Amino acid sequence: MTTDVALPTAVSLQFPSAAPRPSLDCPAFNVPADGALALLHYLRDTQGYDFLMDVTAIDWSAEVSPRFTVVWHLYSSTKHTYVRVAAECASDAEPAMPTATGLWAGADWHEREAYDMFGIKFTGHPDLRRILMWDAYPYFPLRKEFPLAGLPTEMSDADINAEIGVGVISAPMVGGPFVATPGEPMSAAEPRAKDEAWSEKREKPE
Amino acid sequence: MATDFSYPDAAAKAANLPKEFDPEKMSLSMGPSHPSTHGVLRIQFELDGEIVTKADPVVGYLHRGDEKIAENMTYNQFVPYTDRLDYLAPLANNMAYAIAVERLAGLEVPARCQAIRVLTAEMARVSAHLMGLGAFGIDVGAWTVFMYCFEEREKLYKLFEELTGARFTTSYSRIGGLTRDVPEGWTQRVDAFCDQFLPILDEILGLLSRNKIFLDRTVDVGVISKADAIAYGLTGPNLRGSGVPNDLRKDRPYSGYEQYEFDVPVGSKGDCYDRYLCRGEEMKQSIRIIRQVVKNFPGGAWHAQDARRIFAPPKDKVLTSMEELINNFMLVTEGPQMPAGEVYFEAENPKGVLGFYIVSKGGGVPYRMKIRSPSFCNLSILPKLCVGNLVSDVVSILGSLDFVMGECDR
Repeated sequence: MTTDVALPTAVSLQFPSAAPRPSLDCPAFNVPADGALALLHYLRDTQGYDFLMDVTAIDWSAEVSPRFTVVWHLYSSTKHTYVRVAAECASDAEPAMPTATGLWAGADWHEREAYDMFGIKFTGHPDLRRILMWDAYPYFPLRKEFPLAGLPTEMSDADINAEIGVGVISAPMVGGPFVATPGEPMSAAEPRAKDEAWSEKREKPE
Repeated sequence: MATDFSYPDAAAKAANLPKEFDPEKMSLSMGPSHPSTHGVLRIQFELDGEIVTKADPVVGYLHRGDEKIAENMTYNQFVPYTDRLDYLAPLANNMAYAIAVERLAGLEVPARCQAIRVLTAEMARVSAHLMGLGAFGIDVGAWTVFMYCFEEREKLYKLFEELTGARFTTSYSRIGGLTRDVPEGWTQRVDAFCDQFLPILDEILGLLSRNKIFLDRTVDVGVISKADAIAYGLTGPNLRGSGVPNDLRKDRPYSGYEQYEFDVPVGSKGDCYDRYLCRGEEMKQSIRIIRQVVKNFPGGAWHAQDARRIFAPPKDKVLTSMEELINNFMLVTEGPQMPAGEVYFEAENPKGVLGFYIVSKGGGVPYRMKIRSPSFCNLSILPKLCVGNLVSDVVSILGSLDFVMGECDR
């Protein structure tokens, strides 16, 4: 496992505002949000980190401020090493970050995903829409307060909603058709498709 | 008098058509249920006659929230979910995930475990490329290839089933080891598979490589330049087809790949045909690796020995020793204990580079896990790549990109 040992010194000379970030593998830096693009540009053009592998975000939960951190992972196809860059979003209510689409075209979908899942607005992004969830979806599912089971919402199309009258319901975490229900006798709590029409006490209808 | 084909509902009409719709153009939605979109990819086209003028891929139909699920369960409990990322090569995903968590724990697994992982990952690569090749064949009208590929793939699945108990959902890795050792005589059967597979692979490739119809459908179609491939973060055969010789197995060897001799095939032009050639040659290289692993199959332990709070103790110890029973109980209820920190690990999977970014605050559950899926990145080039091509060429392009939506949508 090789790492780019010379990189931290070079970056700290060029970017005094970039602080080293604790990491278990590759060199990592914390930068202020407005200096992130300059550092990414420097890493790409001067240090040979030509691949943007990943853009993602971390939600440190509603109690923590600054709440959202955006993380970029770069890879150098010449040095065969990685570098991680992280920047905190200034606002917790309206998190925003400058877009890297001008440096890598591939940042487009990554940033759309981070927006979709965390609600981070990438300023300057040409087409910041949701990507995995549908456009009208009201929540940001990877935020920590969003429950694992999901929240009931309307279906994606207004005309379908009007027609069937049923939205998207949250996942049955307990008591669904294949989930054991606590507090019942073993025979009833067994995880299986429950046909409510008959049981040990009631005859199976003909 | 012109017939009115318009929607009766004006609101529905406005919602379904792209903004700034040009009445000279035609709007076409391909997928999510379409034989050549390989799963549930949907592409919203704007066409001028038969030429694509705009392409907007709509992904997410298979989104299950794997990253959210990962934050809510222990590291070992997530292993079955990795099967369902690239469900055509679950063994390779299992390995990538296990190594990522082991990097977090700072754990080294013994040589036998590494060798088994390499062996299974390369077999998964062969089976995934066979599937990709067969589907590509069908997309451009070559049915026979598909049948040949599926017969060989079935033989591999027999071997997977013998090893893991399942054909597809293998869940073979554990953090710090594997679920079980290889069965008696299994490696010899893998070797026997290789013996009979190579001539058949030549036969399969022979059906396509100089086939006039296939060449007409693929050569100079969907050319991805080197610069574009890098800018869009393409990986795997799609990147190497464009002439960038990136292969993490060579560049950053993991799990003992540095011991094995193999070549990295690279394309020259970056068209659909080059991507096909790369996959064909990669299968041969994978067989080369498999043979080397089988020949020098290391003995010894197949799971980490010093991993008390990470890898489950053997069952006979659990049933006879109090400490091991407690250890096993803690491991099952609280998960393997990890230090706090961040790691990012990428493995060279059949579709490209699969990455796991794990943020841990310590304990048995990741605080945040991001899955960097190769199919997602490989598809992000479609809006650029499809424009200017015929609709029928889009089918070739999709076949040559060889994506899998389970991984793209996560």
